[in-house]
Amino acid sequence: MAFLEVKNLHVEIEDKKILDGLTLSVEKGQVAAIMGPNGSGKSTLAYVLAGKDDYKVTEGDVKFNGESILEMGADERAAKGLFLAFQYPVEVPGVATMTFLRTALNAQRKTRGQAEVSTPEFMKLVRDTASHLGISQDMLRRAVNVGFSGGEKKRNEILQMAVLQPTLAVLDETDSGLDIDALKIVADGVNRLRSPERAMIVITHYQRLLNYIVPDVVHVMAKGKVVKSGGKELALELEAKGYAQYAGVAA
Amino acid sequence: MKTSAEQALSAAYECARATLPGKGAVATLRADAFKQFETRGLPHRRVEEWKYTDLRALMREAYPIAPPPDAAAKQHAKAAGDILAGTDCRRLVFVDGAFAPDLSDLKPEPGLSVESLAESLANGDALVAQHVGKTFASDDAALALNTALMGDGAVIHIAKGAVIARPIHLVFAAGSEKPGSVFIRSLVVVGEGAQATIIEDHDSGAAQVNAALELIVGDAAQVDYLKITRARALHVASLLASVGAKAQFNTFAFTSDVAVARNQNFIRFAGEGTSAGIRGVSLLRGKQHADTTLLIEHAAGHCQSREQFKSVLDDEAHGVFQGKIVVKPHAQKTDAKMMTRALLLSDEAEADNKPELEIFADDVVCGHGATTSAPSEALKFYLMSRGIPETEAEALLIQAFIDETIEEIAHEGIRDALKFAALRWLGARE
Repeated sequence: MAFLEVKNLHVEIEDKKILDGLTLSVEKGQVAAIMGPNGSGKSTLAYVLAGKDDYKVTEGDVKFNGESILEMGADERAAKGLFLAFQYPVEVPGVATMTFLRTALNAQRKTRGQAEVSTPEFMKLVRDTASHLGISQDMLRRAVNVGFSGGEKKRNEILQMAVLQPTLAVLDETDSGLDIDALKIVADGVNRLRSPERAMIVITHYQRLLNYIVPDVVHVMAKGKVVKSGGKELALELEAKGYAQYAGVAA
Repeated sequence: MKTSAEQALSAAYECARATLPGKGAVATLRADAFKQFETRGLPHRRVEEWKYTDLRALMREAYPIAPPPDAAAKQHAKAAGDILAGTDCRRLVFVDGAFAPDLSDLKPEPGLSVESLAESLANGDALVAQHVGKTFASDDAALALNTALMGDGAVIHIAKGAVIARPIHLVFAAGSEKPGSVFIRSLVVVGEGAQATIIEDHDSGAAQVNAALELIVGDAAQVDYLKITRARALHVASLLASVGAKAQFNTFAFTSDVAVARNQNFIRFAGEGTSAGIRGVSLLRGKQHADTTLLIEHAAGHCQSREQFKSVLDDEAHGVFQGKIVVKPHAQKTDAKMMTRALLLSDEAEADNKPELEIFADDVVCGHGATTSAPSEALKFYLMSRGIPETEAEALLIQAFIDETIEEIAHEGIRDALKFAALRWLGARE
């Protein structure tokens, strides 16, 4: 069985069908790109994997590391190793980034029955990672994402991912709103986390990001399901021809 | 027709008037104030300023005036004001409304004078004669009642240019467990260029409290005034402040564990170029009720004021915020912004927010805003997606909501103590 197995997943929000029998598997060590036109259900898939409860799963199952996760809360899934990098990271006024990271890491460790991380160990981990991502000490002291630019918010997502060390990371349109320099920094941060022990799902509308995060496989989504899968060359083909052939609509 | 509480208050005045401290002008001040109270009676919901806190309905009875504290009462009062127990302050203790010099830190300090109001009234003290009842004209009936019946309180004078580093902690403690009522009146006069932090801390147990504090902030003075309110019976407090030119003035009200509390603040910016922050946090649960009412008068130009109040309301708690900013015709270049936010933790909790602006000058920047909401689901999901369990995520968000305002307190020790008190309140949540 694959590391992540999504089988015949049907999902609705407010009686509107978004995912319509989606099937997908991702192997450990694999970076899978998911591409597709707007409205194809890419972000819904990301949210359903992470455990947002506005969505109603009417059919199908999601197995992560051999276990069905659909009945688990978002916090429980995170402790099992799942991470979602948000397309639009929210601002958390009054909670310093450092406090947030530490609370999250320790909460996960507690759920897993591990001891809390020691302060020096934690500080070193955050400082090292932050410096690679060009995140200043000042940003770490400030409230999570408050007053951050779009690029800073995305870098902060990658910082959280690096600190929490998930085994399955879902990156939802991490490239949106980034200029080329910011994109390179973010992609570099993601590439550092590539490992045989970790799977990644990179959701993107454009091929551009995949020049920097080179995927092992590419899946194309349209109308709530995967309609084509292939190697990284599939992304280039999409860039040239657009999504019209899959969705019957212009991208 | 008078309510039984009004009848009891009238009887209390008639009975006490001969023995209340102060003769001559003070007695006249009392008599006039009492007449004002008699005409108006207890404020009720048809009095606009008291719309959400109907004192006539809420005050079923008026307790008899508390007797002077005995040794047991003083012993009992020693633990009061414990929120700031770990903070280095000059502690001045009042038990059941009466000054307790034996429980107070009266170590002399240059530029600082501390007296009891009862003594000052009896002695015909010049400072008291000059200021009491004159800081801010108001026809508020609860304040009139305080003036009529004022017993004891603090009289603090800080000399021109004096820098009083240690906060002055006025602890108004309950000594007796018997239900009594206390009428506290304090006067704080801060001279030109002086600096001080004053905390009015009511830990008033089962006593009915009507407190008023008159605060005169001199030109270029820097004053932080904080009020901590905990009370199991009715608590009505008035701050009357007049602030001079080029001053820095900050207030902070921390209200939690109260039955029915009303904090009314009458603040006038009387000189140009002053900057002020008027802030507070109320944490309420059960059937608790707290009302913050502001009347901010910009009477001089070029002043900046920031009003920021937050409440966290659980169970069936009721939070009220009424804030009125008045900009007088000559107060050009006034910059005033008022914000009030309520966080509802239960469907039965109620928040009433009423911000108002009355602007008579044409070159000003004024604004206000009010929000009432439950903790954000989007924020909660973000935190949970990082592995933080739901209850912990919610607590973290509430704490952040509260701390954002507490963070504005300049004094580190007080800031940390209030953050801790808020955390303890959150920890007691069921």
